Amino acid sequence: WPGSGGSRGGIAMDLFGDLRRMNKRQLYYQVLNFAMIVSSALMIWKGLIVVTGSESPIVVVLSGSMEPAFHRGDLLFLTNFHDDPIRAGEIVVFKVEGRDIPIVHRVIKVHEKGNGNIKFLTKGDNNEVDDRGLYKEGQNWLEKKDVVGRARGFLPYVGMVTIIMNDYPKFKYALLAVMGAYVLLKRES
Amino acid sequence: LRKNVEDFTGPRERSDLGFVTFDITADILNGKKCMVFFLTCIHLQSIFDWNVKQLFLYLSAEYSTKNNALNQVVLWDKIMLRGDNPRLSLKDMKSKYFFFDDGNGLKGNRNITLTLSWNVIPNAGILPLVTGSGHVSVPFPDTYETTKSY
Repeated sequence: WPGSGGSRGGIAMDLFGDLRRMNKRQLYYQVLNFAMIVSSALMIWKGLIVVTGSESPIVVVLSGSMEPAFHRGDLLFLTNFHDDPIRAGEIVVFKVEGRDIPIVHRVIKVHEKGNGNIKFLTKGDNNEVDDRGLYKEGQNWLEKKDVVGRARGFLPYVGMVTIIMNDYPKFKYALLAVMGAYVLLKRES
Repeated sequence: LRKNVEDFTGPRERSDLGFVTFDITADILNGKKCMVFFLTCIHLQSIFDWNVKQLFLYLSAEYSTKNNALNQVVLWDKIMLRGDNPRLSLKDMKSKYFFFDDGNGLKGNRNITLTLSWNVIPNAGILPLVTGSGHVSVPFPDTYETTKSY
């Protein structure tokens, strides 16, 4: 078996051999394949954004403030329909003005005016106090515009991958490199 | 159910602050499918099946004021894990959270409705919010109490 053998070096030589043997046409073809996969993934994500009405339809729970219901690393599926009223007891994901981190807590107070203006207060199940300390300086209530979405469904543990990738960027690059190499080099028979 | 209600103007924001004490008798049985809330017995599907991790129960007060068409304030909540005693028999409970209004809409408000609801947290899947049927109306008096007897 030329080029192959039981050793790691043998397999790496195989891959480079493949690369050199591909002519330009095949390379362009593989790159196009790769681009298609990336585009499809992006389209699916955009489609989800449209269907759910939320700018971020899938979020990962980052803290333990909603335990024992949700733990760090759980995945939440959100909707944010315009006509859905905000009611006490609902779990909402919101962003404080000026900060990027989404927070997942429960609505404990709602005051809605006749014209549809809503202001509400949130609190994490596992926290002793309400979220006023988390809001902006001087802000006492949240409004509809602060809401990213309402939690409708949930999967445990699955989001841990995202947290690991954030905490260990080398892992993220390694994963991307492996995925890229696989797509570029796999042959359609 | 007995309600003991007082009402005085709270320290911050000068809004109405209400005090409610309440009894909760809730029976969320596994096999028998019966829930008793405020003396009303409702037959439900067995709530605690294999995919239910916990229930988040909460008592909320809903009412209308001049300032706001709809107000909802959660007065009390409890986490009930699968395996916990499904019977609740709490008497003379004080609300866990301050019942502040946004403004002065509690004085003389005759129609505050208390309902018990729960959020089903599954092991995986949809997160439904269910309202128990059976609710109680609480009227607030027309005058403020001046003694701080909480």
